[in-house]
Amino acid sequence: MSRLEMTHLDKSFGALKVTDDVSLTIEPGEIHAIIGPNGAGKTTLVAQLSGQLAPDSGRITLDGRDITRATMPERVHLGLARSFQITQVLPSFTVLENVALSVQAREGSSFRFFAPVAGETALNTAALKALAEAGLDERADLPASALSHGEHRRLELAMALATDPRTLLLDEPLAGVGGEDADAFITRLMGMKGRFTMLLIEHDMDAVFRLADRVSVLVYGRIIATGTPEEIRSDPQVRAAYLGEEEEAEA
Amino acid sequence: MAETTVSAAPHRTPAIAPRVKAAAVLFVLFALVPPVVTALGDPFLVLVATRILAYAIAALALDLILGYGAMVSFGHAAYLGFGTYAVAILSSYGVNDLFLQMLGAILVSAVFAFVTGAISLRTRGVYFIMITLAFGQMAFFFFISLSAYGGDDGYGLSNRSTIFGSDMLENDVTLFYVTLALLIALFALCHRIVSSRFGRVLTGIRENATRMEAIGYAPFRYQLTAFVISGCMTSVAGVLLANQAEFVSPAFMSWHRSGELIVMVVLGGIGTLTGAIGGAVAALLLEEFLGMVTDHWQLWFGLFLVLMVLFSPRGITGLVEQIGRRKR
Repeated sequence: MSRLEMTHLDKSFGALKVTDDVSLTIEPGEIHAIIGPNGAGKTTLVAQLSGQLAPDSGRITLDGRDITRATMPERVHLGLARSFQITQVLPSFTVLENVALSVQAREGSSFRFFAPVAGETALNTAALKALAEAGLDERADLPASALSHGEHRRLELAMALATDPRTLLLDEPLAGVGGEDADAFITRLMGMKGRFTMLLIEHDMDAVFRLADRVSVLVYGRIIATGTPEEIRSDPQVRAAYLGEEEEAEA
Repeated sequence: MAETTVSAAPHRTPAIAPRVKAAAVLFVLFALVPPVVTALGDPFLVLVATRILAYAIAALALDLILGYGAMVSFGHAAYLGFGTYAVAILSSYGVNDLFLQMLGAILVSAVFAFVTGAISLRTRGVYFIMITLAFGQMAFFFFISLSAYGGDDGYGLSNRSTIFGSDMLENDVTLFYVTLALLIALFALCHRIVSSRFGRVLTGIRENATRMEAIGYAPFRYQLTAFVISGCMTSVAGVLLANQAEFVSPAFMSWHRSGELIVMVVLGGIGTLTGAIGGAVAALLLEEFLGMVTDHWQLWFGLFLVLMVLFSPRGITGLVEQIGRRKR
């Protein structure tokens, strides 16, 4: 059974088609990257997969189960977690508290009104484990607002990991991260390969070609090609639509 | 993975402890009010102080949703009304026990908060404010038209509530201390709630609802639960106010009253609990003193509020904490 399957997804904002007949199957354990120029509809696609936006038509299944109408929290409980392109954390909470909330969402009821949550060792232990995986455990006691941009990106990842997902939707996890930080991040994701199925939206071509098993190219809401990184690199249509532009811009 | 250097055991929010201490100081000062004003030969002031403490309970309850849940309810006076009328209506049927009257007030408030909250929480921001106001006004006009209990004119109570058959509340000082005990108990309850799992989720929704959904929380049920708890607590304040005034009227539930509750919370410092108590004391004392000095006290009160919001957006709590830091 495939892990995540999109069938004929369509989404329009007024006259603008942002998702145009997208059908894609993600296999268990796969890292599948979606690349495409700005405005291609990548984030809108993630929004539909995570439940933030409803598609106009089409179907999404997770582990064979139809989740097209499921809400965002319902999908999280089915093992689908996402990170955001624009950092979404709780600024006045500490780093640890941010992640402990992710753990709490899956561990027991949140309708507990009397016991102080800060003293729940099990929550904090699980949160620290996720933080360690994201390389952020040494910052656990800082308020989230005190983190650097690169650290915010890692907190995004830790919060997603702490929900104990089987499938991760990573929306440009490397946005604005450069150099060694980006390298370390890619290495971290490499280490998680096989444990999670990942749908990775990314601009960083180096990251995409190092990580992805398969790559899909999204242009104007349509998938114009899907294949291994090698196939995508040599696809003339892709080069014309996307990669060429990048290389010219870099030159 | 590297060994973690940070311990998993208690991670506490450091800002809470000093605020609990400040609240404890306030409670001790309150406890001294009856002997002091009696010694000063002005025992009437005990009743004034009781009124202040009852409003402090209401402000505390409002802060739970306004400060920790970012839900600006502009209809909270309705719950004061349910509390006061629970006393009037139940006592007219011979039910005089304070705790039974509170139970009645809480039940009605829970139903009203559940239904109106479930509808109001489908909206955001200014629409939430307006819709809670509208529901508050509906409750207000219901009691205006309740002619059996005096309608617009209100209804005098023949006696105060009893506690296990005893009429001890007829004594103003006893009523004061019962009110103070309830304020302390409800403060402790609110403090537990905001430090609990539930409180952390509620505060998280206030900070970033999208993020909370993305880690698996449906905000609605937590917000609605908090809304119901807050409404029920406010009605307890209403029961005490009816006993303090020995009179009930729809004036307790007018929208001005809802606005005053918001002012108390903002004045004291949103989302601090202790601040809500301090805000209620400050607002009502100012009202009393300015009212003695001038007929146009509302003008001066307004000016004070503007200065406060401009120079200390975190209210009295912010001011006190700033002074505390400077001293160190």
